[in-house]
Amino acid sequence: MITSALIFAFGCFGLGLLLNLWRIATGPDTADRILALDTMVINIIALLILYGIWQGTAVYYEASMLVAMVGFVSTVAYCRFVLRGDIIE
Amino acid sequence: MVLEIIISAFIVIAGIFGLVGSLGIIKLQHTMQRLHAPTKATTLGVGGVLIASMLYFGLVKGQLSFHELLITLFLFLTAPISAHFIAKTFLQANIPAKDLPPTQSEYGWSVYVDPPKREPDED
Repeated sequence: MITSALIFAFGCFGLGLLLNLWRIATGPDTADRILALDTMVINIIALLILYGIWQGTAVYYEASMLVAMVGFVSTVAYCRFVLRGDIIE
Repeated sequence: MVLEIIISAFIVIAGIFGLVGSLGIIKLQHTMQRLHAPTKATTLGVGGVLIASMLYFGLVKGQLSFHELLITLFLFLTAPISAHFIAKTFLQANIPAKDLPPTQSEYGWSVYVDPPKREPDED
């Protein structure tokens, strides 16, 4: 039963990644693209943790923690660069 | 058996929330509306996945850890900050400063006006 639920959730988050890619390709504004990239990072964290449950190891927890931190920092850095033309003033 | 049903329900509900959050990015019309979908629904979806992972490793595998709660806490703390920054980026690029209400202080809105000069005592 957990296997079926995992396959369903893999499908949901994978489809979500495709929708985010569509917004990155067609987004009319820079803010849309940053938002879609941020959502992609969150979807990838969910996929990593689901893969950890699938494999039955807790190794992927570390990877998802790193992805979460790098994703947040990159979102803020991208926004700062667009806002002020400089990341750390 | 009951445990499997609970974990599966968490995973399925989290998947639906994640899909709704990503669908909102496509479906909604305006950038400021689009900001709502991923910052709320997708974050909740990831929270559900993390709770399911914690239950699975704690109760099925027998190695209870609260590491997943750390990621949940981190994501719940950083999602509003990212949304705030993205909203500021959108405002600065698309909304002229005269459309905003006055700040009722001696300084203007932070996105449009340079920060006030500090005394050069720290250098």
